[in-house]
Amino acid sequence: MSEYILEMKNITKEFPGVKALKGVNLSVRPGTVHTLMGENGAGKSTLMKCLIGIQRPTSGEIYYDGKKVEFGSPAQALEAGISMIHQELSPVPERPVCENLWLGRLPMKNKFMVDHKKMVSDAQELFDRLGLDLDPTEKMGNLTVAKMQMVEIAKAVSWNSKIVIMDEPTSAITESEVEHLFKIIEDLKKKNVAIIYISHKMDEIFRISDDITVYRDGEYVTTDRAANLDVDKVITLMVGRKMGNIFPKVDCPIGGAILKVENLSSGKAFHNVSFELHRGEILGFAGLVGAGRTEVVETIFGMRNKTSGKIYKNGVELDIKNPADAIRNGIGLLTEDRRGNGIVGLQSVGVNTIIANIKKYGFVLNKKKMREDAQEYSQTLNVKTPSLDALIMNLSGGNQQKVLIGRWLLTNPDILIMDEPTRGIDVGAKSEIHTLITRLAGEGKAIIMISSELPEVMGMSDRICVMHEGEMTGIIDRKDFDSDLIMKYATGKIEEGATA
Amino acid sequence: MSEQTKTAAKAGNFNAKKFFSDNAIWAVLIGMVIAMNFLIYARKGAWVFLTPNNIRTLFESESVRGVLTFGVMIAILSKGIDLSTGSLAGMVAVMVASFVQPVDLSTRVLTSGFSLPSFVAIIVGLLIGAAVGAIMGAIIAYTKIHPFIATLGGQLICRAVAKMYSNRPVSNLPDSFRAIARVPYATADGKTSSFPTIIIVFVVMFAISAFLLTQTRFGKNIYAIGGNDQAARVAGINVELNLVLVYVWCSTCAALGGILLAARTGSADASTYGLQYELDAIAAATVGGTSQTGGICRPSGALAGILIMGVINNGLVLMGVDDNMTNVIKGLIIVGAVVLDMRKNAGKK
Repeated sequence: MSEYILEMKNITKEFPGVKALKGVNLSVRPGTVHTLMGENGAGKSTLMKCLIGIQRPTSGEIYYDGKKVEFGSPAQALEAGISMIHQELSPVPERPVCENLWLGRLPMKNKFMVDHKKMVSDAQELFDRLGLDLDPTEKMGNLTVAKMQMVEIAKAVSWNSKIVIMDEPTSAITESEVEHLFKIIEDLKKKNVAIIYISHKMDEIFRISDDITVYRDGEYVTTDRAANLDVDKVITLMVGRKMGNIFPKVDCPIGGAILKVENLSSGKAFHNVSFELHRGEILGFAGLVGAGRTEVVETIFGMRNKTSGKIYKNGVELDIKNPADAIRNGIGLLTEDRRGNGIVGLQSVGVNTIIANIKKYGFVLNKKKMREDAQEYSQTLNVKTPSLDALIMNLSGGNQQKVLIGRWLLTNPDILIMDEPTRGIDVGAKSEIHTLITRLAGEGKAIIMISSELPEVMGMSDRICVMHEGEMTGIIDRKDFDSDLIMKYATGKIEEGATA
Repeated sequence: MSEQTKTAAKAGNFNAKKFFSDNAIWAVLIGMVIAMNFLIYARKGAWVFLTPNNIRTLFESESVRGVLTFGVMIAILSKGIDLSTGSLAGMVAVMVASFVQPVDLSTRVLTSGFSLPSFVAIIVGLLIGAAVGAIMGAIIAYTKIHPFIATLGGQLICRAVAKMYSNRPVSNLPDSFRAIARVPYATADGKTSSFPTIIIVFVVMFAISAFLLTQTRFGKNIYAIGGNDQAARVAGINVELNLVLVYVWCSTCAALGGILLAARTGSADASTYGLQYELDAIAAATVGGTSQTGGICRPSGALAGILIMGVINNGLVLMGVDDNMTNVIKGLIIVGAVVLDMRKNAGKK
């Protein structure tokens, strides 16, 4: 028997007009964490889809446990012992957690009747074993995204697979849950389970990986022990060139206050949030998932009703009831949920670029002007698209995000709010977006940037507001940035009182 | 980077593959016309399908349902549906007909002596439609109940109101009113014939709806709302107001359909006029590629859908196929068309 539990050799996958994979390899040792790295579009997801039978490779061979295999469907792969945690969750929100967990393999009393008791007790047992604090009878829809992700992880583990594929499992969970996941991964490793891990978060990757394989543009670059690599080396391998400074922060003059928020509250989501935003400033918002940061900016943007408090722009109080009012007042919001309320997937890149600015083109649309504007912004932002008529859903996450940024720039806002602008985006596009944010601040725009990645928020911001469970626990100036201090505020462990 | 900008700059170019894939429905229509032509010849022994007279009949009889289709396709595009169009058409038909009945008619429905000029009556009819649409649209947009339910309620209420309004047919409609569907004239040899204005109205309505969807802000807003209403809201689009307008448009189309129906036949009957037309309209829009999941609709596709349904209706009558069999065939074609369309769209992803 070979050293590897899984070997994928010379895999190619062609779609009409595109070669997504050009003869790539992957060899995974049992009982290790094997991380796949590469920019979005490098072929990691396609390779995994070929492995578990969602797609069929055009050519190449897969050896699993020493035998040549070809799975026709994810069900066959599961049967054989390969389970996958998908990046996109697919919960049935109206049903309890346990039903979601055992979906498709419900324990039965007899041929016709579902064994509800066993369903709950098995789920409880699984959660206990993994040390998860989840109630199997709770409605799935009542869970936070982070908890749903943990259910998804528990589901994958429950198959007792020999290989567990994790596609960006930490993109939506909190620090403490990440720690938890890593513990689960350690346990799996002890049971000789191999983990194929896909992530863009460098610190995580170097903490848990044994092996790393890098792909670029559908080609295999290299595989090496994690111990032989470091962040700079991996980035260079991924993008095929040296990257500059990760956070191209340029100090630019900060002007007068443009936005003032006073004692803003919205129901239970957050209370008494106050801060000022200045021209040319990048104001970071740090905190754990669920701290209420997104809710604050949604309220400023009119997506959510405020229950008390005031918002002033240039000293004038604003009455914003909906996003249209906010846009009229020169505020733009790049939302956190790109698919949910960002892109209109079925529409073209062009339409997606101009949609927030559509009032400017008249009732009978001036299509020529629309096209010129879309063209201009997709060029300035370096959007990689076959044409302006291509459907936006076919673009990579980073390019979709660039289109959405272009959408807001086209409305010419004074205040641009960006909620997790680089989540799930590859390193190259990420750095382009960082450069862009810095440039916008340099042009005198006021920017609010929410980010759950500490290095990002610390690298980019002039000041950082930290939130914890709906309260603003502190505002920190750049000179005082310190990750321990931010985490202290973010977890609500403040001894010396807030500086706000 | 220059590589991408170059390709982006070529964007305006004609894409033949996309063009044929988008317009495959027209190929289906042409195929059906040819097949129907030969089938009818085989049955009748004469070329009676593709004659000017029969083509005119086909268009005339599909015009009313066609106008309803142009309305409902926009409701479906917005991720909604409108089940009230048939009943609303019936209600407006009866009401407008009663307004224009001659004052001296003994069987007149309205006992008070007023009669409206035809033009005014038609405007009033369209306004009634718009008002019903505004009510349904407001309920859908602001209470967030499913359009299926809101318009199902509208369907029941409109039909009932029509029957309460007049329990007997409203007939003897004046030529000035009927002119919106047909203008009679004397031919050279002394017989009377008529000019089918209804077809002009149908074509104009197609042009207006195609213009609305492809050239105006309203149209782009609806594509965005149907595709992702949350994204539309964040982009500053007033989703509620636009949804109200969708149902105003849809109901106004239905009202026009009812008016055309009364004008074409010269009477209106509350219990049968427009009956189940809403389903025919939904079927035509669907066969024409309008997606029930919202966000996808091509006006030209809907036009082809209307004509396909027309070819089936007309052709099967000429072949002497009975009503039940006709419905079986229509049912199969509707379901088949959607299955094919979904496969096509699935291939894109």
